[in-house]
Amino acid sequence: MNSRITNRIATGVFFACAALITLVLAGLLGYILYHGIAIINWDFLTSPSSSFRAGGGIGPQLFNSFYILLITMIITVPLGLGGGIYMAEYAKPGKLTSIIRTSIEVLASLPSIVLGMFGLLVFVNLTGWGYSILSGALTLTIFNLPIMVRECEDAIRAVPRDQREAGLALGTTHWHTIKKVLVPSAFPTILSGAILASGRVFGEAAALLFTAGLTTPRLDFGNWNPFSPDSPLNIFRPAETLAVHIWAVNSEGLIPDARAVADGASAVLIISVLLFNLIARALGRFIHKRLTASK
Amino acid sequence: MQLTLERTETEEVLQKVEEANKIALDVRNLNIYYGDNHAVKDVSMAIEKNKVTALIGPSGCGKSTFLRSINRMNDLIPSSRVDGTIQYDDVNLLDKQIDVVALRKEIGMVFQKPNPFPKSIYNNLTYALRYYGMKQKKVLDEVVEESLRKAALWDEVKDRLHESALSLSGGQQQRLCIARSLTMKPNILLLDEPASALDPIATSKIEDLILELKKDYTIIIVTHHMKQASRISDKTAFFLNGELIEYGKTKQIFTNPHEEQTENYISGRFG
Ligand SMILES: Nc1ncnc2c1ncn2[C@@H]1O[C@H](COP(=O)(O)OP(=O)(O)O)[C@@H](O)[C@H]1O
Ligand SMILES: [Mg+2]
Repeated sequence: MNSRITNRIATGVFFACAALITLVLAGLLGYILYHGIAIINWDFLTSPSSSFRAGGGIGPQLFNSFYILLITMIITVPLGLGGGIYMAEYAKPGKLTSIIRTSIEVLASLPSIVLGMFGLLVFVNLTGWGYSILSGALTLTIFNLPIMVRECEDAIRAVPRDQREAGLALGTTHWHTIKKVLVPSAFPTILSGAILASGRVFGEAAALLFTAGLTTPRLDFGNWNPFSPDSPLNIFRPAETLAVHIWAVNSEGLIPDARAVADGASAVLIISVLLFNLIARALGRFIHKRLTASK
Repeated sequence: MQLTLERTETEEVLQKVEEANKIALDVRNLNIYYGDNHAVKDVSMAIEKNKVTALIGPSGCGKSTFLRSINRMNDLIPSSRVDGTIQYDDVNLLDKQIDVVALRKEIGMVFQKPNPFPKSIYNNLTYALRYYGMKQKKVLDEVVEESLRKAALWDEVKDRLHESALSLSGGQQQRLCIARSLTMKPNILLLDEPASALDPIATSKIEDLILELKKDYTIIIVTHHMKQASRISDKTAFFLNGELIEYGKTKQIFTNPHEEQTENYISGRFG
């Protein structure tokens, strides 16, 4: 009798928690989308922002966000995979390994604003690159790497032991087994992890304020030479991202339609992050199906 | 008088040489520990070439541990420790210096649970071949077909080589794993309860296959299935609590065991 009541209460409490989370999420999404969606149109998504007049868009910011994300992932994924392989397959239990593990955990829990300050010190000032895409991407790499390492380590550890044994028992080396059996098996998980991480990176502002900067030079989208100063691909130019733009417009924007621009940009940001999540899930499911289906 | 004696001596020597030639693995005083757990206790036995040797005994008696010491899979378990020798031609397999990768190429292993890679049937079979530098499609195709035929799987999968191996039934997956071992042209096959996860029909297919394979390979099979051991093996070793209680011709073990413990186990009078 007593335990049944406890059970009921517990179930109720858990249900309430879940419902609350869902409600908060739905409210938040609804609010942002409701205010922002009307503002989004092709012109808003592609035209450059304006500094004083109303009617500016978010074209360069949107591009910058994706471009910094791309550069970040190009650096993060191989490093994260390497670290994950090391931690899962080579690290022997002991002092060194536990120091590494603690470092990863601490790094993962550092506030991004602190990483931003570190990026300012090292990538912006010390190297002399100034506010640039590269400085921003490297800072985001530090922000992202610990999670990527953990993600890859978990994914590789989750490959059933019998797969590892199958590779070794056939007379192939540990490294070959890692390359051809473990990593391919872990790939769907690693990929969804990377895409989810992309969502985090995409929405990050604090780490970029002092590293990629608050401005974007006038870009010539016809110029794809990455060494030219007005090329969108130049990694040594400053680049304000979407998330940073929302912050800037809200806090120090001089444009009369600041509110509308911020609402629209927020909606775009939220939609992008949602898309990352949906794509991660769909891709994971698709690959799983490909691997197990008969055709 | 003198003459006959000499003849018998020569015969004895010849017989010994012949016997030695028939030995695939000579296990001497093998002890294996997991931490403090003494899992295999001073086991000595000679395993004959081109015969099926069955290892039987209750669960936890050290059969798998014994089997996995032969291709050094126990190396993967940090707590495990081994002493003794396993002589294979002129090398001691337990020697720390030997190349375990090359060893595992010559001594293949099939596990209790089928463990095909989540790749196509074809790529399962070419995985190790490619590692050993075989790249030409024609050569690969040949080995794939030969191995699948030997594993009695060719007719069932020849039209779907590029489908996922996971789309096969459990029994087919296990025969694929056997075929995958055969691609390396091993001398010895270690089978650890290869049919325990399969239904009776798939099991009998595997058993037929083992009888076929013994012409070309030395086979050591762990099984907890008494009927299976008596059906397919030439020699049987009975293990209990890590000790080798009795080892002899399968027929003798099953009809006329010398040890009481063996008799108890075989007649099912066992805890
Ligand atoms: N990986 C391992 N780590 C520690 N102990 C093990 C491990 N594998 C097996 N053992 C122990 O070794 C003994 C023999 O096990 P095993 O060789 O698997 O027996 P069997 O195959 O005959 O059932 C058991 O006591 C088991 O608990
Ligand atoms: Mg076992």
